[in-house]
Amino acid sequence: MSRNRARLVLGAGLVALVAVGGAAAVALARPGPTPQTAITIEIKYSHFEPATITVPVGVPVTITLVNTDPIDHEWIIGDDAVQQKHRTGTELLHPVRPTEQVIPADQTRVTTITFEQPAVWKFICHLPGHEAYGMVGVATIVR
Amino acid sequence: MRRLPAALLGASMALLVVAGPALACGGLIGPNGAVNLLRTTTLAAYHDGVEHYVTAFQFQGGGGAFGSLTPLPGVPSSVEKGGDWTLQRLIRETDPPRRAAFDLAAGAPAASGAEEIMKVKIDALDVTVLKGGSAEVGQWASQHGFRLPPDAPEVLEFYAKRSPIFLAAVFDADAAKERGQAIGDGTPVHVTIPTPNPWVPIRILALGKAADARVDADVYLMTDNAPALLPAPTGQNGMRLDHSEAASQSLLDDLRSDRGMSWVPSSSWLTKIAIDANAPQLSFDLAIDASGQGVPSYVQAGLNVPQVIVDQTTTIRALLAAIIAIGVLIVVLQLARLTAPRAATPA
Repeated sequence: MSRNRARLVLGAGLVALVAVGGAAAVALARPGPTPQTAITIEIKYSHFEPATITVPVGVPVTITLVNTDPIDHEWIIGDDAVQQKHRTGTELLHPVRPTEQVIPADQTRVTTITFEQPAVWKFICHLPGHEAYGMVGVATIVR
Repeated sequence: MRRLPAALLGASMALLVVAGPALACGGLIGPNGAVNLLRTTTLAAYHDGVEHYVTAFQFQGGGGAFGSLTPLPGVPSSVEKGGDWTLQRLIRETDPPRRAAFDLAAGAPAASGAEEIMKVKIDALDVTVLKGGSAEVGQWASQHGFRLPPDAPEVLEFYAKRSPIFLAAVFDADAAKERGQAIGDGTPVHVTIPTPNPWVPIRILALGKAADARVDADVYLMTDNAPALLPAPTGQNGMRLDHSEAASQSLLDDLRSDRGMSWVPSSSWLTKIAIDANAPQLSFDLAIDASGQGVPSYVQAGLNVPQVIVDQTTTIRALLAAIIAIGVLIVVLQLARLTAPRAATPA
């Protein structure tokens, strides 16, 4: 192999290495959150998965809540005032609304919500001790 | 049957209240979640292939009902009322009263998916042995009016993977009052469990407790030989070895004379483990090798369950690292080839 050819091969190898690494880095780069209109949230070991969601404004969003735990859970989405009301509320069970779901043990609930304004809301289970245990998620509502 | 002297029992009861054993190695559940407990005391003794598990439920006043879930290493052959002084006598053995006056003063204020394989009524306690996974046991609890705390799904699964046997004890405080049980009265329960090797549920003690909550408990072990323990009670891990020596003959005689304790052998090794931990520290159970082989089981300690979470990002990173490593290797090989002296060409 001539010296020039060897240099050529070496250069090509380095270029290929940089290209592959770059491609992998691009693949790793987290894409911007894309609003979704159909989301499944699993509840396992008293945690939401995913715990962060991004949804669009003005479009019906279908959220499927799958409770795999052997205990009941809630999924209450809303602003701070809503969360505070549930945090200090006295009624253990309350009427189900699209934004306030009770998911019995090992059951699934589906709710459809149209968010009216951009906001960052939380979704929380307010059954005793559950919020402190980490049953908190964040919903980003975007245009 | 030989009875303990009244004076000894009196002092023991005073110590009992000082130590405050309310419930042994069980997670308490109530209508609004877990109930905070005082210090608890348990005896887990192992002899002739049988684990004897003695615990006490203490009436602390109030009304309604509360319950307890205790994971068991196997299906019990019997669940019965425990002896009247076994736990108190153990406490006395390892923590003898220093001054009687102090003791007296301090002691003064003192249809679910789960299969029900045994039901026993002991005083105001309804004891049910359940067989089932975490889902079934959770369902059973909710059907019986108890709300499990949020950590229950993970904790129950932790146990159900190894032994899907749970002892559910429902304490009816109203029934206790009707029976004339005074605050502080304990109901001892003796569970006999044939099993190849014993283990003691420790993690369940933290059920429903906040991250900054303390867990205080005393676990007494009686084994034919000095036991090998896993995890070893280092003190740093929330378990402390407070006592480890051959049981005294007087202790064995006293225990043997209590109700249901005739199995107590003529010699035994007594170990006392003090649980003094923050709730999150207790992520394990106590495995015991009582055979003298010195090999307690990682499975029974709950330590061999890998909690490795491999997500997509981790996988891509691993792939990227492999690609880079291969690329670097190729470059190095190529450089080495270029700088190596050429072999002589045969004429």
